[in-house]
Amino acid sequence: MSLEQDLLVKPLTARVNLAAPQDLRTYEASGGYLALRKALKELSPADVQSRVKDSNLRGRGGAGFPTGVKWGLVPMGPDAGAKYLVCNADEMEPGTFKDRLLMEGAPHQMVEAMIVAGYAIGACTGYIFLRGEYVVAAERLNKALAEARAAGLLGQNILGSGWNYDCFVHTGAGRYICGEETALINSLEGRRANPRAKPPFPQIAGAWGRPTVVNNVESLFNIPPIVINGADWFKGLSQGKSKDGGTKLYGVSGRARRTGVYELPIGTSAREILEDHGGGMKDGYRLKAWLPGGASTDFLLPEHLDLAMDFDTIAKAGSRMGTGLLTVVDDKQNMVSVVRNLEEFFARESCGWCTPCRDGLPWSVKMLMALEQGRGHADDLAELERLTRLLGPGRTFCAHAPGAMEPLQSALKFFRAEFEAGVSPTAAKADDVHDLAQTGVLDAKVA
Amino acid sequence: MATIHVDGKQYEVDGADNLLQACLNLGLDIPYFCWHPALGSVGACRQCAVKSYRDETDKMGRIVMSCMTPASNGTYISIADDEAKDFRASVVEFLMTNHPHDCPVCEEGGHCHLQDMTVMTAHHSRSYRFDKRTHLNQDLGPFIGHEMNRCISCYRCVRYYKDYAGGTDLGVYGAAANVYFGRVEDGALESEFSGNLTEVCPTGVFTDKTHSERYTRKWDMQYSPSICTGCAVGCNVSPGERYGEIRRIENRYHGDLNGYFLCDRGRFGYGYTNLKDRPRQALINGQTVAGDVAVAAARTAINGARKTLAIGSPRASVEANYALRELVGAANFHDGHATGEGALVKLALSIVREGPVRAATITEIENADAVLVLGEDVTATAPRVALALRQAARGKGQALAAEKKVAEWQTIALADLLQRDSYPVFVASVDATRLDDIARDKLRAAPEDLARLGFAIAHELDGASPAVGDLDHRSAALARTVAEVLAGAKRPLIVSGTGAGSAAVMQAAANIAWALKAKTADTGLVLTLPEANSYGLALLDPQPLAAALAALSSGEADTLVVLENDLERRAPKALLDAALAKVKNLIVIDHSASATTARAQVVLPAATVFEGDGTLVNYEGRAQRHFQVFDPGYYDASIGLTESWRWLASVDGESRWKILDDMTAACAQAVPALAGIVDAAPNAAFRIDGMKIAREPHRYSGRTAMRANQSVHEPRQPQDADTALSFSMEGYNGTGSLDRPTELLPYAWAPGWNSPSAWNKLQQEVGGNLRGGNPGKLLFAGGATPRYFSDVPAAFVASGDAFRVLALHLHFGGDELSSRAEPIRERAIPAFVAIPRVDFAKTGANGHATVAIAGTLLQLPTRISETLPAGTIGLPAGFAGIPFLADGLMATVSGG
Repeated sequence: MSLEQDLLVKPLTARVNLAAPQDLRTYEASGGYLALRKALKELSPADVQSRVKDSNLRGRGGAGFPTGVKWGLVPMGPDAGAKYLVCNADEMEPGTFKDRLLMEGAPHQMVEAMIVAGYAIGACTGYIFLRGEYVVAAERLNKALAEARAAGLLGQNILGSGWNYDCFVHTGAGRYICGEETALINSLEGRRANPRAKPPFPQIAGAWGRPTVVNNVESLFNIPPIVINGADWFKGLSQGKSKDGGTKLYGVSGRARRTGVYELPIGTSAREILEDHGGGMKDGYRLKAWLPGGASTDFLLPEHLDLAMDFDTIAKAGSRMGTGLLTVVDDKQNMVSVVRNLEEFFARESCGWCTPCRDGLPWSVKMLMALEQGRGHADDLAELERLTRLLGPGRTFCAHAPGAMEPLQSALKFFRAEFEAGVSPTAAKADDVHDLAQTGVLDAKVA
Repeated sequence: MATIHVDGKQYEVDGADNLLQACLNLGLDIPYFCWHPALGSVGACRQCAVKSYRDETDKMGRIVMSCMTPASNGTYISIADDEAKDFRASVVEFLMTNHPHDCPVCEEGGHCHLQDMTVMTAHHSRSYRFDKRTHLNQDLGPFIGHEMNRCISCYRCVRYYKDYAGGTDLGVYGAAANVYFGRVEDGALESEFSGNLTEVCPTGVFTDKTHSERYTRKWDMQYSPSICTGCAVGCNVSPGERYGEIRRIENRYHGDLNGYFLCDRGRFGYGYTNLKDRPRQALINGQTVAGDVAVAAARTAINGARKTLAIGSPRASVEANYALRELVGAANFHDGHATGEGALVKLALSIVREGPVRAATITEIENADAVLVLGEDVTATAPRVALALRQAARGKGQALAAEKKVAEWQTIALADLLQRDSYPVFVASVDATRLDDIARDKLRAAPEDLARLGFAIAHELDGASPAVGDLDHRSAALARTVAEVLAGAKRPLIVSGTGAGSAAVMQAAANIAWALKAKTADTGLVLTLPEANSYGLALLDPQPLAAALAALSSGEADTLVVLENDLERRAPKALLDAALAKVKNLIVIDHSASATTARAQVVLPAATVFEGDGTLVNYEGRAQRHFQVFDPGYYDASIGLTESWRWLASVDGESRWKILDDMTAACAQAVPALAGIVDAAPNAAFRIDGMKIAREPHRYSGRTAMRANQSVHEPRQPQDADTALSFSMEGYNGTGSLDRPTELLPYAWAPGWNSPSAWNKLQQEVGGNLRGGNPGKLLFAGGATPRYFSDVPAAFVASGDAFRVLALHLHFGGDELSSRAEPIRERAIPAFVAIPRVDFAKTGANGHATVAIAGTLLQLPTRISETLPAGTIGLPAGFAGIPFLADGLMATVSGG
């Protein structure tokens, strides 16, 4: 299949070449920056927005909020003043490694997407908020930006349109919470990465108090192809597997044979992803449970494998599609240990702003550690269940702790026996409790 | 207005409030931590959760944070809902997983918001069984203790210190369950408003170190409604006493003045009253005598005098000054200010009392939308004004809130919208000030040039105000800019005062305010003053101090009565020595030992503001009563001190004035300008339910034992004939009526509310005015048509060799009384001479300099100044080792 044909089927990864990504010349020679030229010459920002709205592209960061609707909340017109486009490239979700592939493999598509999306919302500046560890991506994106700038695709009066816009890479300092869009904005401004209260939403008051749109890398990668090929083409990409349109980056990690990232029609079943593309489980391991898309999604079971991986179907099954990258848990793994590992991550990555998250997550870790070591109390399961409620949606300032509770609550539901096995028959008496605490055995080093 | 439904009942509330405010205003208790009336809502602690329902048919509801939810019309909520109650108790349980439960040894215990909220949520036992996170603490200087293990991470401290007070050296570090509030490294907190951390912190992380050294529980101290004497703002304070010592000062809420916050000088500067070497017994020629013997000696001296003169005091009460004036006659009653300063105070008085622009309250300052500070470093001379000016600058966020449809209590969102923008504040001063960081533009110039700038601004605003000839380009351009900004403002404010030592500066400020007033009704003016009762003294119309010194030097008078004053701070030493050398009998009434008491034949030991009753008149012309906190004689019968006015009544001998009310009434009757002082507070006959008001909390303990070392028989408690307050826990203690007269509120307490948050129960609406009215009585009505001042001074010209001496005002170290307090001394820097960089080389100074000033040689460390005008030097006014700085003083400077 030629690249041209490939781009119509796999618009996100067709260009990806990790060894030698396209430079400006080869990118342009293969149809790159055509979307930008088309947008600036033939389309108004409103036209670009309506194409994206018509495509019903849903945000690929995990929440699935329609990108065009998000853009539509931005004040437009000559008096709107400075506005910013921010690409959320702080990919820190455990088990998720899709955006890295795109940025390292096709940096110019990222740059073009930043410019076209910036045009659509009338931004003056774009920022790619990049995970600090992604040094290769940073290098390649900066090179691509420099090439684009030198070619007049960024800067003053881009392609004679009269529109001024530039774009920069900002590397993060390594906090998971920076993936939360308002915490990301605070971090971009040089403040502590604490989430902000909404309302006001970033589209009204975001970076430096100005209207700001934050989009995920994968979402943005879809923009140039949508501008060129149109909304109907995009909707057709899912091949009837989902009512949503487009392709989706899926992946598998854990003890599967061929872990990796695969671009497939959205709505492809989890079984196809794991068995056809991931090659199934490694020899000697059986699938016990799987996270559909990152650490902050509920566990599903092997019986759920035939579900279509799209936002609504997975939500109906009691979990979230999230980033769409499966993490598989096998029969040799203890669920308590798996969950303890996840909660330890979430406890460490709490920003420390609100009480339930800051103080509740370490508590869950300490109880899980006790259970893991066979020193749990009979009450601990009930206490953990209580935490899943107290750290649930609406109780905390942002979605961090509720996300952290998803694997815990589903593991308690599906694998209760494994938790009960960690309860010590002797530790349940209240006076033992203090002895245990005083030994320091349970002094989990969380922060 | 909006209608909301809380637990099935319907209420009318202000729809602009959030639900937490609205419910607290209704008297419905919802526990909270991170919210504070002055700091707004941030949604961090999750303590104020309530159940919110879509409509009256919704039975499910969802948990929301009341502080982050608008009280919009048709809101249905439940505070009593089981799930909401359980969640609120769980939040305290979470906080307790790391809190050390050290209440028995914690200084916050007994006035701790965390304790109150824990009780309110009914959380009592936690299931957490693991180790607690611990922190290391820091040395934050002489004022504030630090115990981070108690922290519940409400973020109030940094929000107050950085966002509200403009501090830069307290931050939040770390993340997750290891959040740390402190400095980058150990060291004294730099903000002049750091002490408010002790009240802003809802638990015992930041505590009052001056209190630690003589710690007593809140319920075991005796309090009075008192007034701070650290400057002329007259912040209301609540000093606490036990065993005859003042042990701490806390804020006493005032809706027009201090609100929730004090400055550090006011809060930590009380130690002078506890000093062991204070005169507490009458002295004749240095020998202790009985009070009546000293009174008789004073009377004999006065009766036998050729003529007796008196010098009053701007730090003594109106009553004391009036009694003194009555004793010697108005013609012989002299100003306790320095001669030049006294003239400035009278000028200020005429401007705010007779002019059309009355003095702005602190709340009005906070609401200004454009400010010019002319000639004043308010952080030193009227600190609470400086804190208010910071709020004025931030106030632009409120305007943006309306524009962007963001609620005014969404503090962080407002700051995000505002970014670094602010309402304009211009600062024109002789040297850099501590408000420069919020200044849109600054000018540093000699007082004459500051006045010229001011006159030029006034002329820009109204051509009838005199023009300034030959104004330099920079000042002319600035004058145009400032005039344009002020003219465009809805609530412009001019801040000036006596600090620059220049009448012309204040006259220029008055011209600007009056020119603005003609265009803008809400024009404000603030003139700062040298001392707490400068206006109270000036309203008694004293003769200039110079006249007294001249009359004494000439021998016209041979006896002098000095009231609460150290004359070495008021006049050049040579002049003073010449005058006092001729005095046959010097009678000094003061509470603190000074160079003046050391020279006196008769010393009558006066009560400090904490030991006596009296009235002070602040910069607004508000008469405020301060009440005695305790009776020193109760612990030590040999202590013979009493209020100055009472000493003077005894010397006067006619028994005209028996109690304070007699004194106040006599003064009010004799001096029409002071007629309002009788209404400054309820009189001694006032009762609630037939009871006097208790100075001690009803849980006060140990009373029967506290004097047992002297006698096992508990004596009768001291009786207070002067006021409606009792020296006891007996009497009205505030449980019944929340709207009693606020002048008689000794301390903050309401049932279930033991911390300073109790003030919120005593307000009409949280953060607003007190239910019983804000304390004090405004004496000035103002309103006359202005006649512009017309004496525009000539520009300052640096002379060849001699330097013009400028008085620099510092927050710590210059104030007479607070500088005697140990922690203030520790915080103050040593005296210095500031020399402009351009002049530094030619002085030959090198680290140290010799300053020759009016015949005195001073050896001082030097500071090279980037900001002082060329041809001037700066000396810290009022510092130990710095002589009296007369107006227009010149000095020469040579190598150290």
